[in-house]
Amino acid sequence: MPDGLRRFARNRMAVLGAIVIAIIVLVSVLAPFLYPKGAFSLAGQPLQPPSLQFPLGTDALGRDVAAGVAEGARTSLLIGIAAALSAVIFGAMIGGIAGYYRGTVDIVLMRVTEFFQTIPAFLLAMLLVVILSPSLLSVIIAIAAVSWPGIARLVRGEFVALGGREFILASLGLGASGPRIIFRHLLPNCLSAIITVGSLLVATAILLETGLAFLGLGDPNIMSWGLQISAGRVSLRTAWWVCTFPGIAILLTVLSINLVGDGLNEALNPRLRER
Amino acid sequence: MRRWRYFGYRLLLAVPVIFGILVLNFFLIRLAPGDAASVLAGESGAATPEYTELLRQKFGLDRPMPEQFIAYITAALRFDLGFSFRNDSPVLDLILERLGPTLLLMSTAFTMALALGTLLGLLAAVARNTWRDAAISVATLICYATPGFWLGLMLIVVFSLTLGWLPTSGFENIAEGYEGWERVQDIALHLVMPAMALGLFYLALYTRVMRASMLEQTGMDYVVTARAKGQTETRIMFGHMLRNAFLPVLTMAGVQAGNLIGGSIVVETVFGWPGVGTLAFTALQSRDLNLLLGIFFISACIVVAINLIVELLYVLLDPRIQA
Repeated sequence: MPDGLRRFARNRMAVLGAIVIAIIVLVSVLAPFLYPKGAFSLAGQPLQPPSLQFPLGTDALGRDVAAGVAEGARTSLLIGIAAALSAVIFGAMIGGIAGYYRGTVDIVLMRVTEFFQTIPAFLLAMLLVVILSPSLLSVIIAIAAVSWPGIARLVRGEFVALGGREFILASLGLGASGPRIIFRHLLPNCLSAIITVGSLLVATAILLETGLAFLGLGDPNIMSWGLQISAGRVSLRTAWWVCTFPGIAILLTVLSINLVGDGLNEALNPRLRER
Repeated sequence: MRRWRYFGYRLLLAVPVIFGILVLNFFLIRLAPGDAASVLAGESGAATPEYTELLRQKFGLDRPMPEQFIAYITAALRFDLGFSFRNDSPVLDLILERLGPTLLLMSTAFTMALALGTLLGLLAAVARNTWRDAAISVATLICYATPGFWLGLMLIVVFSLTLGWLPTSGFENIAEGYEGWERVQDIALHLVMPAMALGLFYLALYTRVMRASMLEQTGMDYVVTARAKGQTETRIMFGHMLRNAFLPVLTMAGVQAGNLIGGSIVVETVFGWPGVGTLAFTALQSRDLNLLLGIFFISACIVVAINLIVELLYVLLDPRIQA
């Protein structure tokens, strides 16, 4: 692992991404202390342009845009990570079962996976949130429900590729049980690939979350970047800053996660680079 | 001829997907809290009790589950997607009315992204590790991380509100009453920003795939052979490598078709584009679940159709494909 860390540190873009993510995490943690009144509270005159008092301006309801961006960071990171993690666990389970047991189970599970990859993901997520009624949990469920197929196919592929290798055959010969082979031998061997793809999933999950919140499908009681942008749309003509800054926050977050994901890919799967 | 048999096989594979969507829809309705009939009729008070009762009978909601299921599937296969009380019109008519603008937007964004993405990926791969490659890489990374709806709003701020070059929203300027060629120009002007907002992400994606794919081809035997024959680099590039390198891009394009529809929902909402996306947004706001499910079904059918077109292109481009 230190070897991988060194390879990661050599990738300047990835390190830059990691630093930006660290700053965003810091801001989201400090948000309750920086803005103790919360992002929904009245802070000053409505639609003030950026100034020293309000570095990112205020919106049509006199709320501080900076407070919203800080609190939105927490929402986006929380949903992004929780949804990506659930998708990874579920996807790895499906892919693992298909790749380990093969046969009919494999065919059926992979057909289902392909099906979920074909259908319009965003629409399904929308439907799920509407049906479960918008809340933090329903958004996480909806995003996870459309994000797992990639992981499932990845894990299945890795399991199938590893399945015939000598060390697996040796463990089988020694009488190792199914779960032992899966958890002790197969999963650890494809962990680096899962981490890489999983980190990139966080980025797409955040993009999905902001899209849903923009359409009014976020938790109405929790501040988020998508909600800020959709609220700021009305005053776009007079106050460009309300929409602009939350969008830059999304862009920076997603960009940084992608950079770190690419960096992890090069650090953890060095063989891929030579291709 | 075997190539066409392969295509027929793919066509057959579309059937379970359509069926799967119907199964999914069926269970989604039942996942919603409350009585399925009132969910189908639209939320709270939009439908008359008589209509709700009619729905209950039509879908056999008082009968056991398997019977309900069969009733639902047969209705959907006849493209009977129910009635939207909010809009006072059958769901299918509502969607078909709005399909034209959405298909125009999607195909414009898609073609632009595919053509420019291929070109930019090619340029980046040719000039590997130069400033041109770096500039294209940075631009794609940024486009890849930009949410389409936000990009749309920023385009409006710059090109409509500040510069006044392009109209902010809508499909055409009805008040002017343009006809013929002038109307086409008018619609094209309205199309520029939505297509950019929708297409830029895919442009970035295809550029990345194309670049990687081109680099993968450089070491291939057939390239070495072509070079040994004394062919010019330009000829090797366009005559030999382009076609091979394009295949992964096409695969990616097929995979991403479903996301293109999702993206068009947010982008249409931003620009007030009178397509299926705006319809979905209004359905969303009035919680017209039946209309949303209908849109989901039709969108999935479109995705399946796009996948088939991609498959067809694949068969045409790559003669090695056989069943």
